Amino acid sequence: MEHYHMNLTLKVWKQKNKNEKGRFETYQVKNISSEMSFLEMFDVLNEQLVAENKEPIAFDHDCREGICGMCSMYINGRAHGPWHHTTTCQLHMREYKDGDTIVVEPWRANSFPVIKDLVVDRQAFDRIIQAGGYVSVNTGNAVDANAIPIEKHDADESFASAACIGCGACVAACPNASAMLFVSAKVSHLSLLPQGDPERKTRVMNMIHQMDKEGFGSCTNIGACEAECPKGISLENIARLNREYLGAMFEGGSQNAI
Amino acid sequence: MSWKQAFSSSVGKKIQMSLTGIFLILFLIVHCYINAQIWFGEDAFLTAAHFMGTNVIIRTIEIGLFAFLILHIVQGLSLWAKNSKRRNTRYAVKAGSQTSPWYRRSMGLLGTLILLFLIIHLSKFWGPNRFAQTFGSGELNLYELMKEEFQNMVIVVIYLLGCIALAWHLVHGVYSSMQTLGLTTHRYKTMIKNVGVAFSIIVTVIFALMPISFYMHWVN
Repeated sequence: MEHYHMNLTLKVWKQKNKNEKGRFETYQVKNISSEMSFLEMFDVLNEQLVAENKEPIAFDHDCREGICGMCSMYINGRAHGPWHHTTTCQLHMREYKDGDTIVVEPWRANSFPVIKDLVVDRQAFDRIIQAGGYVSVNTGNAVDANAIPIEKHDADESFASAACIGCGACVAACPNASAMLFVSAKVSHLSLLPQGDPERKTRVMNMIHQMDKEGFGSCTNIGACEAECPKGISLENIARLNREYLGAMFEGGSQNAI
Repeated sequence: MSWKQAFSSSVGKKIQMSLTGIFLILFLIVHCYINAQIWFGEDAFLTAAHFMGTNVIIRTIEIGLFAFLILHIVQGLSLWAKNSKRRNTRYAVKAGSQTSPWYRRSMGLLGTLILLFLIIHLSKFWGPNRFAQTFGSGELNLYELMKEEFQNMVIVVIYLLGCIALAWHLVHGVYSSMQTLGLTTHRYKTMIKNVGVAFSIIVTVIFALMPISFYMHWVN
């Protein structure tokens, strides 16, 4: 693809902290290379703002290679921008043309309060994990492949679920601000493996309980989460969570939960 | 954790929606079958209507039907109200249909339209008939009643709009109820979605044809 440069208008959400009211601020960026990533474009803008003695825009980022899940930006109505299976850092400026206007908002959900500008507090996810998204016994180092026989299908499914990076795009994209895709991925990846099996019933109950306590909405099977997930986590995980939940309900495994 | 707690979590409430929804789907099948008797003559329809209106078992199930219907409505509206409060600051730019079809996001609205239709529908047939059975001179001739009501263009249009709302509600409802019960596995999810769409179309087209048939005098 041919390399080109562009000038853009950015409308970015500015918010001092979670208690202050936020507003959109308009910025102009010039001479942006089509080969830059979306975050690099923000770096250019921030350098420009610092040079002008203005406050730079706060945004989350860490690995910048699409695996950490930090770069939460809601770009023109889409979590992580318009590209399929992509985080914001992997969205590149060749998506845009000279003269485009781009609206950038933080993840919006009451359970993800804004810390500053585009940075949101996603500790609600940590607390859901703390409620049950782990294996209680020490399983030691990674064992030799095939030391514990696991069906190929289960291993693949578990691996696909474990790809969840906890970025929160599912919550951001969901009209109900539900965290079900995240929780279901975590429930699935552990329940499918022998190490996670003994605690599967208490796990699902406790994690759902915590999810509700954090104030996330409930799942109405809309599917916007699946469409926006940068790691391609499927709605089949939510179906599996529902099975796990029903199983825990009917088999009395829920007695020691909560 | 008690059963009550298990049913009152967000997943538990969805299970309530799913189970009551499935019961209502089964009811629709029976209702559709009974009403389709109009195309086999007045006598066939009246025999079926008489059975549905007087049989002890059916009348007992009818109580359950109303209980489930009310539970489905109350739970649905409460989920709708609660879910709409999970995001106090709205997005300036919305994804809309880019990430999900409109009817999946509009179940509360479609359900409310169906409820409004249902109030009109029950006040036209079920209500007067039960009233006549209990306090009046006995069962009404529902066939004649339909023939009379469906001469009114406005009523026919209201019924068609009700059918359209029902169709879209079912397209998501059938699939969603199965997803909530965890039945939409990799192997079955496409089949369940397709069966759901086919079911929604078939049932609502049959329902829609009833007022049309009377209005157009295809049945007399």
